Amino acid sequence: MAKREYSFYPGCSSQKGASSSNYLVSVQTLCEELDIKLNEIPDWNCCAASIGYGGGGVLPRLTLSARNIALSEQHNAGQDIVATCAACWLATREAAERFKHDGGLMAEASQALAETGLKLNNTTPIKHMAEVLVQDIGYAEIGAKVKKPLEGLKIAGYVGCQTNRPFGIAGESYENPLYLDRLIDTLGAQSIPTYEKKVQCCGGALAFSEPAKSQEMIKGIIEAAYDHGADMIATPCPLCQANVEIYQDQINNTYGTKFKMPVVYYSSLMAVAFGRSAKDAALDGQVVAAKQLEEIAKK
Amino acid sequence: MSDLNQNMIEKYRNSFLKEVEANVEEGEWVKMCMQCGVCSGSCPLGKHWAHPPQEIFMMIRAGKREAVLASDAMWMCTSCYNCIVRCPREVPITHIMHGLAHYAKRLGLAPKGQPTMAFSQIFWDNMLKAGRVNELKLGLSLYFKDGFVQGVKNSLANAKLGQNMMKAKRMNAAEFFGGHGVKDVSGLQKMIKKAQELEDARIAKYGN
Repeated sequence: MAKREYSFYPGCSSQKGASSSNYLVSVQTLCEELDIKLNEIPDWNCCAASIGYGGGGVLPRLTLSARNIALSEQHNAGQDIVATCAACWLATREAAERFKHDGGLMAEASQALAETGLKLNNTTPIKHMAEVLVQDIGYAEIGAKVKKPLEGLKIAGYVGCQTNRPFGIAGESYENPLYLDRLIDTLGAQSIPTYEKKVQCCGGALAFSEPAKSQEMIKGIIEAAYDHGADMIATPCPLCQANVEIYQDQINNTYGTKFKMPVVYYSSLMAVAFGRSAKDAALDGQVVAAKQLEEIAKK
Repeated sequence: MSDLNQNMIEKYRNSFLKEVEANVEEGEWVKMCMQCGVCSGSCPLGKHWAHPPQEIFMMIRAGKREAVLASDAMWMCTSCYNCIVRCPREVPITHIMHGLAHYAKRLGLAPKGQPTMAFSQIFWDNMLKAGRVNELKLGLSLYFKDGFVQGVKNSLANAKLGQNMMKAKRMNAAEFFGGHGVKDVSGLQKMIKKAQELEDARIAKYGN
């Protein structure tokens, strides 16, 4: 039996052929190494993310999360819900808290949920994978698993918005959270705690609807990483990862920059440091190749 | 202008604040704003807002109903939550902005062609079809939202990006013919329909 079990909410972008499918592969690898069993919530649905607000009102949006929590409580009873996606985690946890504070909303959501034959107890803790790593497992246990320290790599820890606000990781500051830097150090690389863009917004979903405004912000995020001499950026958020990685060509065209900055998930860093292959670390999912990580994985 | 809009004007004559408190997500918090402006200074897209949040709050209290609801300001919200964590009064500003934008859209007062409003609806419809987002169709719907010619132009402009994503196996052409979804689609859609009915009824009640 695995040392730890969680009820897993993978989210839309993690699915096969979707934009953060590489994130899921590397998370599965690190869970194997840390003896964590992720039990997928059967038939989970989309959380509506933040951008769903225009189409869906409050109640329809929160009811989507109610269904996921209810399914988890029915099938994975007693297990904390864990999400790897910042938006999934935020929407689910926000719904759970809103239901606790607003009995009327809870009653209406339960009424809508009854249409599917489900019942919401709303007693399940909802965690981000970063909380599992930092709080449930801890740096010492993670450090003990490192077989190939990421020596010589300077990595800008880009936490982004929704992993950090409004909930964040307990005990961390909203303005300058340090857990990602500490994780980077634990893996043997050099972190940049003073990276001033670590909680800067990348535009989120507005990267689609307002590309110019968003890419201006993304440019700043990458530029600051170069200014600090970073070899790559690491992030816990699927939308941050995609936004900061995949528009670099377009930003170069607009601004005359020459960006070619790899943007990886913390989970890829961990998979490589734990001695796993480039494939298990999902480095084949990079649009901007993380060559230095590939080299370490090959060693 | 919609009947609902007309009903709301009658009901809340001279009291837009009361209307917002009753019908907008977390609207009961608007009166807690003390006009410090920290939210406006914290917004990553602050320079693009015609009216930053603290101004929107004062306009609500001043009864500037049309100016608020027809503004494209709220649609600039990236949901970064910076304003929420910095607000000294702990006003849930992000949620109120979402709520105002949604309410303006519901009443048919939101600015026509606002790109984030369009994307938000595309996202919602896309997600609801199968219970999970179909990323390929999401991208295509966005590119083609202003017609076929513009759609082809947008697709060509982003062709390299699409190729990069396919090569990395993070975009799949087969999603066009189905793709991921929940098993209980009909149950999920019934649930959302019920939730929408309950919410519509709650808002309509204030109009009578």
